[in-house]
Formats: sequence, C-alpha cells, structure tokens
Amino acid sequence: MTPAAALPPFQRLVTEHAGAVTGFLRGMVGVDDAEDCAQETFIAALRAYDGFDGRHPRAWLLAIARRKALDLRRAGARRPEPVGGVESLPAPELADRLDPGIWGEVAGLPEKQRAALLLRYGLDLRYREIGSVLGCSEAAARRSAHEGITKLRAERAEEVA
Amino acid sequence: MAVGDSQLDGEARETIRAGTDPGPEITDRLGAALARRAEKEGLVEVAYAEIDSPIGTLLAATTERGLIRVGWESSDHEDILEGLARAVGPRVLEAPSRLDPLKRELDEYFDGDRRRFEVPLDWSLTSGFVRDVLTETARIPFGETRTYAEVAAAAGSPRAFRAAGSALGANPIPVVVPCHRVLRKGGALGGYGGGLPVKRKLLEVEGVAA
Repeated sequence: MTPAAALPPFQRLVTEHAGAVTGFLRGMVGVDDAEDCAQETFIAALRAYDGFDGRHPRAWLLAIARRKALDLRRAGARRPEPVGGVESLPAPELADRLDPGIWGEVAGLPEKQRAALLLRYGLDLRYREIGSVLGCSEAAARRSAHEGITKLRAERAEEVA
Repeated sequence: MAVGDSQLDGEARETIRAGTDPGPEITDRLGAALARRAEKEGLVEVAYAEIDSPIGTLLAATTERGLIRVGWESSDHEDILEGLARAVGPRVLEAPSRLDPLKRELDEYFDGDRRRFEVPLDWSLTSGFVRDVLTETARIPFGETRTYAEVAAAAGSPRAFRAAGSALGANPIPVVVPCHRVLRKGGALGGYGGGLPVKRKLLEVEGVAA
C-alpha cells in the first residue's frame, strides 16, 4: 500500500489544526515565538508528509511541534540565560480577572509535565492522544499531567500561605 | 493513587485555556505565512485559490506546469482538492498569489477587455480522446461557436460527436478551455457542467446570442 494514496490535501491539516498547534506552542515556547515555531512545525510536516501514514494528524503535528519547541529551547540555551535558569514565558493577553501568575508557573514546569498539562487542559486532548504526542503510554501521559498539577497546586498553596 | 481530572482549580484551568487560545484569526495568518514559505522552498505541488467572478466563486488550482483545474461554485471544492491530492500529490496548499495572473485575466475577460487566456495550462488530468477534443476546443476563438460534430471531427473522429459531448463535460479547466463555445447543431445550448445559466452568461460576455 502506498501511504500517500489516502493523504488529504495538506491545507486541511492547516485549516483544522493551526489553532491547536499554535496554542500548544504558546505554552511551550512563549507567546512571542509561538507563531514562528508553528510555521516551522508545518513546514517540517509538509516535508515529511509523504511518509505520514495519514492517521491521527493532530497528534502527528503536535509531536512535531514539541520537537520544534525543544529545538528552539536548545538554541536559546546557548545564549546567556536569565538568573534562575528557568525560561519565562511572556504572559498572553489574558482577561483581567485571570491570574497571569499561573501561566508563569506552567512555564516553570519540567518540559514533559508542561506539555502534558497544556495538551490536557489547554487543548482538551484525551490521554491516549497525549501519550501518542509525547511518545509514551496513556498511563504515563496521565502521570505526567498529574505531576504537573501537583506541582502547580503546591506552588499555589505556598503563595496563599 | 487515584488520578482524576478535576484537580486543577477553575481559575488555573481558565488561565491555561486562555493562554493556549491563539485567537480565531490564527488559521488565516499562519496559512498565509506558511504558503509564502512553502512556495519559496518548492514544497507546493498544487496551489489553489478561490476567485470571485460574475459566475460565482470559482476554485482554481495550478501546478508548476500551469493551470490544472477550475471548479464551479456549485461543485464541492473540498472534493476537487481531494482529487488533486490523489492525482498530483498531497502537498495541496491555498496560495492565492500563485493564481493572481489568472485572477487578473478572468477580471479582464468578464470586463470585456480580454479575448484569450494566456496562463499556461497543465493538461495532465486529461488523456486520449478527451484531451484531443479539449485541445481542439481551446482553439475556438472568442465569440465563435462550433457544434459537437465539428469538434469531434477536428479531434479526428467525425462520428464521435456523443463522445465529444462527454469529453467536453469532463473538461477540468472550464471557462479558460472554452467548452461553452460548443453548441448543438442549430444553436441549442446543449449541456454544461456549470449549468446552462452559466453557459448562457459566458456566451453573452462574448457577444454570442444563444
């Protein structure tokens, strides 16, 4: 079977998943870099499209997005880092009633936990799909998100105390 | 340890949701930037655009070789794009700037300022007798008409006028390849893929009474 035979027009992937990919990247690399990184993601996907089996395009794109986010962080790590070593994400334009502090705390989570958390609570993905994005089992994806939540809650409890 | 989904408080959830929402314009913005970049890097197999015209919003698609497909407003554009992905390749992207020359020529045509189209054509969706018939049809000058039998004869099979009719019905590049200039003997409109009102309108643009 030639996998390319069943592939839909690439534009459909852009139309259906540009929002999810960019949204995920807003949390992974920051709001300012998210759209450039999303463009890198779709260009890489376009190059690799012939080899794609056509199944689960959103998970496929998000996995590429995660790799592109890691590339960007590695490139950034060669530059002098701010004190503390934790990259900070510029806060998105949130409604006033929302607490931008949480967004910064998400940015401080370990990469895998952060990815799992964003995919679960930002994009509403099922854990099976999150596992497929992160290259791990459904259970491991659930664990990562949970660890992320626990850390966020701990930090928030400290703030209140 | 029970791991539930409701362990993040409402405010934190709302913040994460708001933070990961790129806004409704993202598809257009990212799509436009992506199309420019993909074009520059030679990654686009089929570029397409929707073009508004007096006969409705047309779908136009081009390969590196030239214009390969024009679709009616009444056709299922998504279906046409799927067909192109299968026939040409799946790197099908909306890249309107590639269709700008056609858009200009169509505007001029409908304004009465253009008598022939000059954009290059990609005939690869046609073959055999269909291609012969359409190649002959492409030679019919602006404002003139032929009968199905005449076109069949020009394509080398004078008696195949019925087959010529279906070949014209299979025209992947209507308007530009002017199958609307082929009529029944006696001047009756015959058929048309885009519907007879469209055929009549095109003939009217060309000053043919039909």
